[in-house]
Amino acid sequence: MKAAALADRIRGAFDDVLLARDEVTLLVGREELVDTLVRLRDQPDLSFGFLSSLTATDHPGKDPRFWVAYELRSIEHAHRMRVKVGLPGDDPRLPSITALFPTANWHEREVWDLFGLVFDGHPDLDRILLPDDWDGHPLRKDEELGGVGTQYHGAFIPPVDERTMP
Amino acid sequence: MALGHDPGVGEEMAQARDELRSRPEIRDHVTGEVRQETMIINMGPQHPSTHGVLRLLLELDGETVIRCKPIVGYLHTGIEKNTEYRTWVQGVAYVTRADYLSPFFNELAYCLSVERLLGIEAPPRSQVLRVLLCELNRIASHLVWVATGGMELGAVSVMLYGFRERELILDIFEAVTGLRMNHSFIRPGGVIMDLPPDGARRIAKFLDTMPARIDDYERLLNDNPIWLERNVGVGILSAEDALAFGVTGPLLRAAGMPLDLRKDEPYSGYETYDFDVPVRTEADSYARYLVRIAEMRESLRIVEQALERLQEPGPVMVEDPKVGWPVKLSVGPDGIGNDEAYLHHIMEESMEALIHHFKMVTQGVRVPEGEVYTTVESPRGELGYYVVSANEYRPYRVKIRDPSFVNLQAVPTMVEGGLIADAIAVIASLDPVMGGVDR
Repeated sequence: MKAAALADRIRGAFDDVLLARDEVTLLVGREELVDTLVRLRDQPDLSFGFLSSLTATDHPGKDPRFWVAYELRSIEHAHRMRVKVGLPGDDPRLPSITALFPTANWHEREVWDLFGLVFDGHPDLDRILLPDDWDGHPLRKDEELGGVGTQYHGAFIPPVDERTMP
Repeated sequence: MALGHDPGVGEEMAQARDELRSRPEIRDHVTGEVRQETMIINMGPQHPSTHGVLRLLLELDGETVIRCKPIVGYLHTGIEKNTEYRTWVQGVAYVTRADYLSPFFNELAYCLSVERLLGIEAPPRSQVLRVLLCELNRIASHLVWVATGGMELGAVSVMLYGFRERELILDIFEAVTGLRMNHSFIRPGGVIMDLPPDGARRIAKFLDTMPARIDDYERLLNDNPIWLERNVGVGILSAEDALAFGVTGPLLRAAGMPLDLRKDEPYSGYETYDFDVPVRTEADSYARYLVRIAEMRESLRIVEQALERLQEPGPVMVEDPKVGWPVKLSVGPDGIGNDEAYLHHIMEESMEALIHHFKMVTQGVRVPEGEVYTTVESPRGELGYYVVSANEYRPYRVKIRDPSFVNLQAVPTMVEGGLIADAIAVIASLDPVMGGVDR
């Protein structure tokens, strides 16, 4: 299905559907996430049975602070869409979808590692890219970047966000 | 500890050991004797056959792998975070370093994302150049795969041949972009420069040489008893399992699924090229070998067609001065650098050109708010870029969906129950690149 037709089709079944740059985005609450993904997978004309990717973005000071984006692909119909879940900053939890899509396992671990979002029901929610004893979740926007001390007359290389920025 | 992961290792292994000790006695089903306890070993992160710094935690019963856990992260360099503090164009120089065996694919997927956010399209000639370089890159990447994969299974001569031919391609890359790897050649809005005067001749020469070399590999390996023994029936991953784990690329095509984004969701004009998608149904290591060899031949076909189209001259960067990269570059004896004539123009002739140059280079382009997910078919499968812009001069978020990262998740399924020696063949047939996995 072309993006516009797909957006119309999904608007028939869901409320928050956006169409921008030929990409369809569906916004759902975390309570409806699993049901939504099952519905999108099981409708024969949609059949979004392949999870391409899963990641998060952080918007401090906004509500919801975190957005988790699921990139879905239909092998049968060669179309794609995105499902996004908003999460509050003080309770960043959402259900794991590893039982639905085994590929989500490492993606969810990565989001936990880099953003500190908790996926309830994940079989093995450990850090994946960073060392096990790392403190913090570096892809959050409020994470301190830290600079680098040098031996040259005590010079300190400031973190990248404190240098001249475009 | 500076290298990380270490505190967790001891704990993890001790836990696994305790768990084993608490299990009831296992009796061998043939002899009836009480079986010895299993052994847990680390393969990697420093191991000649793990393609870089992949670590496998293997639980062995004799020579049989009964549990396997891949552990990654040793090459994490924070590429995604870095791009959030650099201009849109500088981002190219970061992402090209992620999967270092397929730099052009990273550049292309990133630039296609930025172009979609900007609502522009690169000029036709630059798209042909992109396709041409990507397909040469695909061959180079598959050559590294056949070389290292061969070496790991004891076929050392293949290693020499693979790297020898890859060198021919890297020479072309060096002549065209100034660099053998990490080219930063594809930029939002096109490519930085046209082919050098002898570029087309060099590529044509390569097209003459290469088919016979691929014949050589096939003569060497196709019916080689050791190669067959090590690969046939090894590391089977069915199409259903592959899709559940998100596995794409040659692994999926070797399991009978003809999925190729160049055909399914064409980009950069791939729909206008004539090529086939090689598919096998055996789903084992050997089928993956055959698929990749056939893909090299298909890539040669595409390169040939692209080269023909290059006879048509044209711009290689968008004309819009608000978007296009202003700098003219040329390849000198010490690599790529500013073009002398261009330098003279901005330094001696035109103050406006200097101001424009300064603004575009230090600040760059403001990209309208939005988000896109763009995919290309890399040598390892679906390479996706989820790029978010907050109407700034730099990205708000760049997520790299690297195919190696996702494909590695299928390793336990392919390895468990087999011999430890087969684990080597399986990893080789997967062709993971840790630079892309860990980003």
